[in-house]
Order: sequence, then C-alpha cells, then structure tokens
Amino acid sequence: MSESRTFEHPDIVLCPGGPMLLRGDHVIQDADGVSHRTERPVSAVCRCSRSASLPWCDGTHKVLPEKLRPT
Amino acid sequence: MLTPKARGALSAAVNEALCAGLADDRCDWPVAESGDDAALTLWTLYELHYRGFEDLADESLEWHPELLRLRRLLERDLERRLRERYSAYAPHRSADFADDLFAYVSSHDGASVAAHVHRHADREQVLDLLRVRSIYHLKEADPTAWVVPRLPVGPKAALVELQYDEYGVGDPNRLHAHLWALGMEAAGLRADYGAYLDEVPLEVLEQNNAMSLFGLHRRLRGAALGHLAAFEATSSMPSRRMAQGLERLGLPAEIVDYYTEHVEADAVHEQLAVRNICGRLVEVEPGVADDVFFGAFTCLDLEDRFARWMLAQWGVSEGQDPDEERDVAPGSAA
Repeated sequence: MSESRTFEHPDIVLCPGGPMLLRGDHVIQDADGVSHRTERPVSAVCRCSRSASLPWCDGTHKVLPEKLRPT
Repeated sequence: MLTPKARGALSAAVNEALCAGLADDRCDWPVAESGDDAALTLWTLYELHYRGFEDLADESLEWHPELLRLRRLLERDLERRLRERYSAYAPHRSADFADDLFAYVSSHDGASVAAHVHRHADREQVLDLLRVRSIYHLKEADPTAWVVPRLPVGPKAALVELQYDEYGVGDPNRLHAHLWALGMEAAGLRADYGAYLDEVPLEVLEQNNAMSLFGLHRRLRGAALGHLAAFEATSSMPSRRMAQGLERLGLPAEIVDYYTEHVEADAVHEQLAVRNICGRLVEVEPGVADDVFFGAFTCLDLEDRFARWMLAQWGVSEGQDPDEERDVAPGSAA
C-alpha cells in the first residue's frame, strides 16, 4: 500500500461490537440530562449501555453475549 | 537508581564492569548461574537505555560493544524461549484482523491477580503487588515509545495518538508513570525508580525484558505492538477490580485513581491499539502479522506466569473464588 496518499481520519468511529470513538473536546449529555466533558484526546462512548462508567466505555461489551453487543 | 544486587556470577560481573569501567576488548563473561541471573543481567543492560544507574562509571557504556554482545546473547535466549511458548498457540485467522486479535486475546485463559485483590486480598498483599508492579509502571509506555520511528505513516500516527494520552497529553501531572509514583508515595511506598527491583522475581524481570526486547528491535515491531494491544485489551475491567479492591482496603485516593484512570483510558486504548495501530501496520506490512500475535501471546503468557507466582506467594490457589470471573490482567491492572 502506498504511503503517498491521504489517510482517513474521522472524528467519530463506530467500533464493531464496541464503543463509539470520539476525537477531540466534546460535551456529551447523557439520558438523564447530565453533561460530561471529554478528558482525553480520544474518548470511547459506551454503546452497549452496560458500562459502569456511563457515558464512557469500560470494556463491559466484551463479556456480553454476541446478541447484546452493539453492531 | 544504583546497579541492582547481583543474583549470580554473570550479573555480578556486569555490575562490576558498569561501576568500574570496561576495557574495549573484554570477552570473558562468566556463564549465568540461573534464569534469575541471566534475566537480571539483561534487565540491567536494558536499563542503560532508559534512565541508567547513578553508580555507572561512564555513561558511554550504554553502547559498549562487549555489553551489546552480551545483551545479544541473552536476548537470543529470551526470544527463543518466548517463541517456543507461543508455538503451541497459533491464532485462528479470518479476513477480519481486528476481530481475530480481540478473539485471540479474550480466548487466553489465565490466572488473575486483580480478581483476588478485588474481594480477598489484605493490605499487605496489595502492597506486595504494588512494589513488584512498580518496576514497570514507573516506566509505563516507555518501551513502546521506541517503536515510533520504525513505523509507516498510518500506524505511526495512531501509536502517537495513544502514547500522547499515556504521557499525560502534555500535562506532567497526568503522565501515567507519574500518577503511579504519586500513588506509591501516598500508599507509604518508595516511588523512586527501580526501588524494589531487588525483590522482584524472574517472572517480573521477564515481563520487563520482553517489552524492552520488542521495543528495541525494529525487526520485532509487530511483536511490540501486539504486546501493547493485548496489554490494553486486558486492562479496563481488571483495573476496575483493582480500584474497588483498593477502596475496600482503604488505600489512598491517589493509588485508587491510578487504576480508575485506566478503566476508561484503556477502553479507548484497546480499540486504538487493535484497530488503528496493529490493524494498520498489518495492512501495510502483512509480513509482521504473525509477530503481532506472538507479541500478544507473550504479554498474556508472561502475565499469567506472574499472576501464578504472586498468588502462590500469598498461598492463594487459582480459581479460589468460583463467583469471580477469571481473567488475564496484564494491563495496568493486575
């Protein structure tokens, strides 16, 4: 693969079976209306709703049965 | 730190050379007396490339040809051993590299120190663990930093994006190795570099040596990044268990915070490491794919060996708690 090309570098990445990666500074409002500011260059937002650190991913999706994981 | 206490004839001879100086043509190193002696010698030789030793006779010893020759012999032996262990655990490969790597890591069943700390460990056991973990955590992310200039554009940018977070996003107060040092101090332990080296077992020396081996050899860049991916992918949940176990025992907030930080950080890092770093590397350089799995296996296997040693030290049998999910926990966690 040539390196003299333009690379894709999206701000938001949906990881199959896992979280949504979010690049940059953002404020996320959760289902209860509470705002959470991102604190790192890339943040992982939970998509399986079972994280103990909502709205952030804590890896819990990996222990869920396949059918409960985000697509 | 000072050169560590020798564990046999070879490490004693190397210490003497480091403290007294070494002629250019010396070539009569004694044979290592044991695995411990060899591993400590290799750890010491690697340390010359990190922060070094205060009692070093001459800083140029870092690139002394006789020390490099000895390092090469010890590295060959280590790599041969690591590859032999990997040979029985070939990965299943499909068209989806990220899926395969995640599956490979999650299928590795090993002993977990974090599971014990979570519910059962006492304060002294946790302090034992912090002391031996400190050898790596005080240089957290450093072995992987060596890989950066060896990578093509895509994985290089991805690795630096992850490392930037490890190094505190430019804020020294958030640098992970510094968070660890603050935690050690708050827990009443020494936070200076290498302070507890003399009490760590072979298993810990091997974990650290493997990371340095992978990081320092361009040839092993795939293994270095596979190791990183497995480390990050087995860190979030064990870090949560560690944080809860430390809170249960009333340990200071600083050391709890170190683990809490790694719950969310490593949930991000595992995605970056598997998909953007290893995934992109393998796209550009498919020939290193097997080494990515070799590195991942090595991370998990060495952590399992360490966990079994630590649990045995505590007189805990593996799987003591049937309610607790067992997991391998090499990440910042266990």
